[in-house]
Amino acid sequence: MANLKETILNPILKGNPITVLVLGICSSLAVTVQLKGACVMALSVIAVCGLSSLIVSLLRNTIPNRVRIIVQLVVVALMVILVDQFLKAYAYAVDKQLSVYIGLIITNCIVMGRIEAFALGNKPIPSLLDGLANGFGYGLILVVVAFFRELLGSGTLFGFQVLPDAYIPNNLVILPPFALILLGCIIWAHRAFDKELQEK
Amino acid sequence: MEYVSLFVKSIFVDNMIFAYFLGMCSYLAVSKNVKTANGLGLAVIFVLLFTLPINWALNTFVLQPGALKWLGPNFADVDLSFLSFIIFIAVIAAFTQLVEMIVEKYLPSLYSSLGIYLPLIAVNCAILGGSLFMQQRDFTNLAEPVVYALGSGIGWYLAIVALAAIREKLAYSNVPAALKGTGITFITVGLMGMAFMIFMGIQL
Repeated sequence: MANLKETILNPILKGNPITVLVLGICSSLAVTVQLKGACVMALSVIAVCGLSSLIVSLLRNTIPNRVRIIVQLVVVALMVILVDQFLKAYAYAVDKQLSVYIGLIITNCIVMGRIEAFALGNKPIPSLLDGLANGFGYGLILVVVAFFRELLGSGTLFGFQVLPDAYIPNNLVILPPFALILLGCIIWAHRAFDKELQEK
Repeated sequence: MEYVSLFVKSIFVDNMIFAYFLGMCSYLAVSKNVKTANGLGLAVIFVLLFTLPINWALNTFVLQPGALKWLGPNFADVDLSFLSFIIFIAVIAAFTQLVEMIVEKYLPSLYSSLGIYLPLIAVNCAILGGSLFMQQRDFTNLAEPVVYALGSGIGWYLAIVALAAIREKLAYSNVPAALKGTGITFITVGLMGMAFMIFMGIQL
């Protein structure tokens, strides 16, 4: 049981996929202008990551080693199509706003990385939990970045005005490069607290 | 003229890295020195140049709503666009596997310098992202996706070589301990992105 707890907690802090392993940056930065989009993206990644880890883990003894990348990509692509169709049906506006980035979950390194590193060698239930926890670690950073970008860039949260009218929105925060700088600062803070993670 | 404009735009204005953050994972992981960055950059240009036109053809003649008209009037309102993710990624994965096998057999020296990066490209967001943007752009003939692929590939190549050159210098500078490595790299890329934003207003 201690092992399972480790599986769930590790990806959220010590082995966070974004700030420590530097995976899945591609999609994480473009969708963080608004908190709403970031939350939908986070939930989609959690769902895709958990389900595809579960399926690959169930199939792990039947996949030939040489073609495993293609098999994994097909499983992940199927899950992403399901999520995309679901969003198109129930949250069309958000789906339009996220545009190609939902499709790009297929090549999100976190999903592939967890399948390669964990799901191929473990039983289905731990794999499912590992996938979900990694998706959650990713979502957490996404929401933190989106919180600051929406608050400083538009003075709103989830579209509701929070800061008084006297605050002039900082347009730089909405532009793409600021997401990278903000993420750099989050990594800085994380490593300042946890000295073990510092690079020599 | 139209093609020149598309070409320049896809290199600078719609730069894969600085405008869309595509291919960030390998961009950050493989940019520690200029030599390997060079290899990966060239491999990306090559794969993009082939997979994007193939996917364009598949999209135009099979996947788009009404694309199957050539099979007969009964197929005129078939819409297979929900299959596009899986078809595109299958083409990309199959192509990279094929290229890997060909290069391994006939060009062993290139394989040993590039070998590890080829399979990595299958999961490079820049490649799939290129195909997905192509789908949104409604190109009308084969030349446009080819030019677009070449431009985006070169843009990605320039970005990774530039970052690698900066990081080689950065290794000797005195950075706060907690910011070393990943942290300072992110901030550097952010500053480079700001520099690239001057291209945004350009109309061609």
